[in-house]
Amino acid sequence: MTGQGRDPAFLAVRDLTKRFGGLTAVSDATFDVREGSITGLIGPNGAGKTTLFAMIAGFEQPSAGLVLLDGEEITGRKPHDLAKLGLARTFQIVQPFAGLSVRENIAVGAFLRLAKRRDALALAEEVGQRLGLGPQLDKPAAALTVAGRKRLEVARALATRPRILLLDEVLAGLNPSELRDFLPVLQDIRAGGVTILMIEHVMQAVMSLCEYVHVISGGRIIASGEAAEVVGNPAVIEAYLGHGAAQRLAGHA
Amino acid sequence: MTIREALPILGFLVVAVLVSLFVTSNVVLNFLVFTLILAIAAQGWNLLGGYGGQYSFGHAAFFGMGAYVSAILQQRFGVNAYPAVAFGMVAAALLGYAIGAMVFRAGLRGSYFALVTLAFAEVLRILANATEITGGAAGLLISLNLGAGNLQFANRSSFLILAAVLLALAMLMTLAVEKSRIGAQLVAVRENEAAAAALGVDILAVKLRAISLSAGLTGAAGALYAQYFLYIDSNIAFGTWISVEALLAPIIGGAGTVFGPLIGALILQGLSEGTKMLIGKIPGVDLIIFGALLILVVRFPLHRIPGVIAARWRGKGAP
Repeated sequence: MTGQGRDPAFLAVRDLTKRFGGLTAVSDATFDVREGSITGLIGPNGAGKTTLFAMIAGFEQPSAGLVLLDGEEITGRKPHDLAKLGLARTFQIVQPFAGLSVRENIAVGAFLRLAKRRDALALAEEVGQRLGLGPQLDKPAAALTVAGRKRLEVARALATRPRILLLDEVLAGLNPSELRDFLPVLQDIRAGGVTILMIEHVMQAVMSLCEYVHVISGGRIIASGEAAEVVGNPAVIEAYLGHGAAQRLAGHA
Repeated sequence: MTIREALPILGFLVVAVLVSLFVTSNVVLNFLVFTLILAIAAQGWNLLGGYGGQYSFGHAAFFGMGAYVSAILQQRFGVNAYPAVAFGMVAAALLGYAIGAMVFRAGLRGSYFALVTLAFAEVLRILANATEITGGAAGLLISLNLGAGNLQFANRSSFLILAAVLLALAMLMTLAVEKSRIGAQLVAVRENEAAAAALGVDILAVKLRAISLSAGLTGAAGALYAQYFLYIDSNIAFGTWISVEALLAPIIGGAGTVFGPLIGALILQGLSEGTKMLIGKIPGVDLIIFGALLILVVRFPLHRIPGVIAARWRGKGAP
């Protein structure tokens, strides 16, 4: 059993708010991520998921609120400091180092904890193999398919030896067989002791991977709980399908 | 870095020593010394621009700093040439750090970075032209005092060996950077800053180290230039010509490679001297050729040519 952390709130987000001028992209977001869990963050397009991620990972300064990692306040720290503390993220729009080989890409992550090139390359190889990038290790990153680039995003982040991994839609754009191959990889990462918080639209993946799900809509967290119970929540159905949808669905059932 | 990786650099050094032993023509030796000094300046640019992707248009600032500090220390304060050259390097590196601290902290990138570095170099050129300690517009002569102890040599082949040894050291340093953590982080910054930051790369710290190292190397080239010609003025030391050559040589020879600056400097100087011999000394002809060459190289990068040939060859071999 891997899901039993000593501290229920390994990552704690408290009243996190982001205003861009007059627009409030994220409003008083509060939620927890348990140590050792795979937690999902879902919501319609434009709900504020990526902005929330960007604030947690230090890429955007929050207008208000707190982020705590393992009890330590990390609000507004620089991305590279957070990476050192063990918080790694991937990007929704993949950002490979296009001019480098797959191995060199992963090694940049490995260099965070390893000073020697030999060690960094060895870890890059190991992580690459684990994520199924073995045959592509010496190819240029620009030559990878979409699925390969998504794997590379995860591999690089994993090579920093994080305690918590923030995955921003790593499953988007994968075909069903790529998806089927990738889910065990994520479960394997969690089994290795890494907590995962993932933004995801692929509901099949959310249902099979995530113990807990937080739903954000219009910048607010509107529901939190176990995956099965959250998707039946009327507020969540309305956020996705529109006002009155829950009632109509119930009527048809 | 392993000995095998450093072997081509040792090979270069052997060739340079052989050339210095067997070539007697002063014209050729002069050409080679000047080319190697340029290659050192270009190697400095290459560290920041080629590996780090920060295209400076003002490496004249560092070249001039190295040249002036070394020359002033020798001429006005009677310091021996060896520590003077070392101080020149350190002063250039400090200037690089100071400019970097301002420019990178402000988040300037791309063409903005290029323009601001150009402005710094121009300001220094004007200052050097106007102040007394630099000799003003008349420039600064280093007194002739031949002898290895003063880093002045009567014959050009000795100086060729000196320049070759220094360039070899610069290439070894570049290779060491390339194969180290800082090198990997620098290249990551060049390729994608956001992704690098997410992987724990302290972008500002990496850029500051790169610009200090880069400026120090180009400063060494400046000090060496002053030592060879024994005369500098503001238009030589801080002139736009050196900024242009320091960036053209690596781009033409292969930016972000250890041998790129040397190859580029040889091509540039070879073309420049060749046109002078063929067409005579019409001012600016070499610049026209440099421009045309730059366009060609941007379109067909030299360092990709072996790969392209290999791909063609494989293409023919395949069914």
